[in-house]
Amino acid sequence: MTHTVAAETRTGRPVTFGILRRLPEHLAIWVPLLLSAGHLVSFALWTVWISFTPSTLVPVSGWVGLRNYTAVMATRNWQIAFDNLLLFGCGFVLLSLLTGLLLAVLLDQRIRGENVLRSIFLYPIALSFVVTGTVWSWLLNPGLGIQKLVNDIGWTSFRFDWLIDRDMAIWTIVIAAVWQSSGFAMALFLAGLRSVDADLIKAAQIDGAGPIRMYRRVILPTLWPITVTVVVIQLQFAITTFDLVRALTGGGPGLATQLPALVVYDLMFQRGLLARGAAAAVLMLLILLAVLLPYAGWRYLQRRQAAHA
Amino acid sequence: MRDRIFAPSRMLIYLVVWLIATAWLVPFVVVVLNSLRTAEEIAQTSMIGWPKQWAWSNYVTAWAEFCVAQTCAGIRPYMLNSAIVTIPATIISTMLGAVAGYAVSLWRFRGDQWIYGIVTLGIFLPQQMRLLPWTIVLRDVGLINTLTGLVVIHTIQGLSFTTLFCRNYYVAIPPELMRAARIDGAGFFRIFWRIVLPLSPPILIVTVIWQFTHIWNEFLYGVTFTTGQQQPVTAALIALSAAIADIPQHGVQSAAVMIAALPTLLIYVLGGRYFVRGLTAGAVK
Repeated sequence: MTHTVAAETRTGRPVTFGILRRLPEHLAIWVPLLLSAGHLVSFALWTVWISFTPSTLVPVSGWVGLRNYTAVMATRNWQIAFDNLLLFGCGFVLLSLLTGLLLAVLLDQRIRGENVLRSIFLYPIALSFVVTGTVWSWLLNPGLGIQKLVNDIGWTSFRFDWLIDRDMAIWTIVIAAVWQSSGFAMALFLAGLRSVDADLIKAAQIDGAGPIRMYRRVILPTLWPITVTVVVIQLQFAITTFDLVRALTGGGPGLATQLPALVVYDLMFQRGLLARGAAAAVLMLLILLAVLLPYAGWRYLQRRQAAHA
Repeated sequence: MRDRIFAPSRMLIYLVVWLIATAWLVPFVVVVLNSLRTAEEIAQTSMIGWPKQWAWSNYVTAWAEFCVAQTCAGIRPYMLNSAIVTIPATIISTMLGAVAGYAVSLWRFRGDQWIYGIVTLGIFLPQQMRLLPWTIVLRDVGLINTLTGLVVIHTIQGLSFTTLFCRNYYVAIPPELMRAARIDGAGFFRIFWRIVLPLSPPILIVTVIWQFTHIWNEFLYGVTFTTGQQQPVTAALIALSAAIADIPQHGVQSAAVMIAALPTLLIYVLGGRYFVRGLTAGAVK
């Protein structure tokens, strides 16, 4: 399969005619690829460039160095968003990982109705974050949802008002996000559990390992490459979270659930500070790269090891 | 570990797993029930409760009557907008992605691995890095605040996923098959049409489901590049909750949420196997 497209012309006719004859196939190959790659590279570079200009309402050229970056990072808005991202990222990733793993291990016990259960844990993934956020904003609203229900039943001192509590509001985002994406972690873990070497399990059984020891010592250790993948994907989602917060809390109360993606949107389209918005977007990209580059390096090493083995 | 359902450890497993499953179903059940309760009933109790009288009219109001920002046509026009954006963008991006994936997997040409590498980077590049450039491009070509503009965006951005899915599927096609076809004198398009496409239905279903779900559920571009009557349904839902915050209409709102979620839920129920395959295919990258 190593011949090139151009070398295919064996007709002996002039090369230009060959190219013309092959025009449709060149178009089919290059137009989608160039559209995709071209827009990615030029859009990313353009946004990086704008972040170094003094642009406000319209893009202008000029060079202000890192001034937009220092300005963004000095705002309370960004600082809160960044702290929230750390909290949300860690809480969400950890909880959805544990929930997903627990569900996968439970479903792996050859239980009846596995397909139904799997569908139940996965269905939130089919929903948009706007729907998820709206529904959870009702359930978690102390005057409408769970708290109101428990109060009405008779436990009048029951409080579950994280949605309007500045310190706890970020955890409402965690709850909704865990509900939405634990099923995804479960699906990947389950696939991993199902591909554990049967000989490994048999050998452990002969050694007299009980089910708990079996999981801790034999099965779970084989899952760690999948764990890394799940963590990276969930972190990527956490860093770019936007819709969920817009629908659930709108970033409030106050700035309590502000996240970087909301800061970017606010700067670009509500305050008309294009350069600062672009700088915040680039900061988001850098946070993402801090996760993705080590992952890419790890994957590369893994593949090389696999190739040598 | 045989299925002795009454052994204590087995019962514990069933108990835990069904408890979690119930918790997972609660939001859905709550919305379904609320979509059938009247506003007064919800106001008197809470969002969680059994309908005393079945208010089917909520769906009529949600579909065609309630008002968002001066226009009182319900959620119907926004559902239509979402369909007008999602269907063409899904079809075009899948078709182009299939051809591109076929080109990079089965035909070697100069720079193929490079350009494919860049295309897949699109999976990771946050939307925020593309918002401003898209604004300018759409304005320059006169597509700002149009559904066509959203189709263009979702088509081009979707190429990263569709190309990746198809390429990863097509690399498994045996090279002998390709070689035999070429010896028979078949060209780029004929091989695609006669050999590759007939092998493609599984991956095309995965890709279409993936694209449809993502585009239907997308919010950021919808809310950024369209306003008012041009908005897709996700953006309209947010506008709706803002519009009726003063006079709560949770029954109608729940019905609207149900309607908006229905297309992707249906796809999930009908094509669950392919849906999950797309998720894991996207994860392996």
